[in-house]
Amino acid sequence: MPWISACEADEIDAEDVMRFDHDGHTYALYRSPDDKYYATDGLCTHEQVHLCDGLVMDNIIECPKHNGRFDYTTGAPKGAPVCVALKTYNVKVEAGMVMIEIV
Amino acid sequence: MTQPHGMVIIGGGIAASRAANALRDEGWNGSITMVSDEPHVPYDRPPLSKTFVTDAPSPAPYLADIAALAAIGVDFISSNAATRIDPQASTVRLRDGQSLTYEKLLIATGAQPRRLTLPGSESARVHYLRTIEDSLAIAEQLKPGAHMIVIGGGFIGLEIACSARKLGARVTVIEGLPRILSRGVPQEIAEVVASRHRQEGVALHCNAKITHLVESDDAIGVTLADGQTITGDLVVAGIGAQPATDLASKAGLAIENGIRVDSYLQTSDPDIFAAGDCVSFPLAAYENTRVRLESWRNAQDQGVVAAANMLGKQQAYEAIPWFWSDQYDLSLQIVGLRGAQDRSIRRDLGDDAFILFHLDPAGRLTGASGIGVGNAVARDIRLTEMLIAKGVMPQDDVLADGKASLKALLRQPG
Repeated sequence: MPWISACEADEIDAEDVMRFDHDGHTYALYRSPDDKYYATDGLCTHEQVHLCDGLVMDNIIECPKHNGRFDYTTGAPKGAPVCVALKTYNVKVEAGMVMIEIV
Repeated sequence: MTQPHGMVIIGGGIAASRAANALRDEGWNGSITMVSDEPHVPYDRPPLSKTFVTDAPSPAPYLADIAALAAIGVDFISSNAATRIDPQASTVRLRDGQSLTYEKLLIATGAQPRRLTLPGSESARVHYLRTIEDSLAIAEQLKPGAHMIVIGGGFIGLEIACSARKLGARVTVIEGLPRILSRGVPQEIAEVVASRHRQEGVALHCNAKITHLVESDDAIGVTLADGQTITGDLVVAGIGAQPATDLASKAGLAIENGIRVDSYLQTSDPDIFAAGDCVSFPLAAYENTRVRLESWRNAQDQGVVAAANMLGKQQAYEAIPWFWSDQYDLSLQIVGLRGAQDRSIRRDLGDDAFILFHLDPAGRLTGASGIGVGNAVARDIRLTEMLIAKGVMPQDDVLADGKASLKALLRQPG
């Protein structure tokens, strides 16, 4: 599976999210409060809203439209109206770059 | 497994639907019966003025199909209105004559569009928008070149105006007050919305008093006090909504601009709860000011809290009002309750997105109204909601600085 270079590690603030588009697909990249990086699909599983406009609090990303919540470290749904998990992707940081494994 | 005494929910919208799910999530194993007077399973209403119109024909925005309802053990009765509640006998009588006995009852009957009372307003060319059928009837007429006249420059009217423009119909919006969205947003934001509608070709008439409507064979005319008549193919009236309280009031429940409930969403009868657009409730964060809200999230969240309280969990509903509207590529989000004496601080977020924060004379943050492309204002509005709940009194310069973190403000001790 290819690893894609998504952005520089310091482009994402701690406890924040950024959008990353690649090959017609949109992803959301996260930097957790304890400085780990994660990636999920970029659109909410409820109504296809971009999660990058949502609020990150601890390990939770909240959809900016309907407040559905996911644990972005696992993709697990954490509150109505979402009930379908977000797909997650492997992430690593190499030479200051955030890399995402596209599958 | 049907038990003689179960939970009964009257309504088929988001509040009713979430309540049914929440009853199961909270561990209720007995029967749940939902009664809706509509011929549909529960559905979401926000798309009815937007994508359901512009993308027609498209699937109805159902929240669950009948199989999914059955899977969680919800007995769903459609096209059958509740006609009478007897609180002494704990029964609900339905239009077809059957009677349901409840242990606890939830009334989530929503609201009905306020109807025009002008001469000529009984015309079949006059539409309102609340249901799937309403939306379909309007969508069918929105062909390129058709002329839709919207009465009322509120959220519903402006959203359907936007959808009509996307479909190539001509649109005229008639508003009686000096500007659109008087009730919903501050003037600065209303101006952005108004100029965007004009830019998209919508004719906006504010300060316009309508004297009567007149239907001809193939058109409808709306006559204004200045004598001019605007002629179109259809009229859509978006002039507010009234809570559906008839059932509750006939049952002797307290009514006060909606079904009066306490912070546990309990009505004046301890076995009867109510949620959504049909209730007025005390807002804890605003000195228990009694409000009635017509918004998706309020209905959803009240459905969940009411369900918990039907099971005796004593959960207070302590939300901050929050609302959105999508028009063209713009999205508005409004949070909190703006007081008449409040002053505003503007925060610019780039790409013309901005937020107006509202502060009361004591310096307490009471609300915010934002507008921008997509969900540009969503994050700060959500944080504002949390700041209001915390009772924060922020510095003006922090609010005004689009780069200053509201999250940091939220996490400041004290």
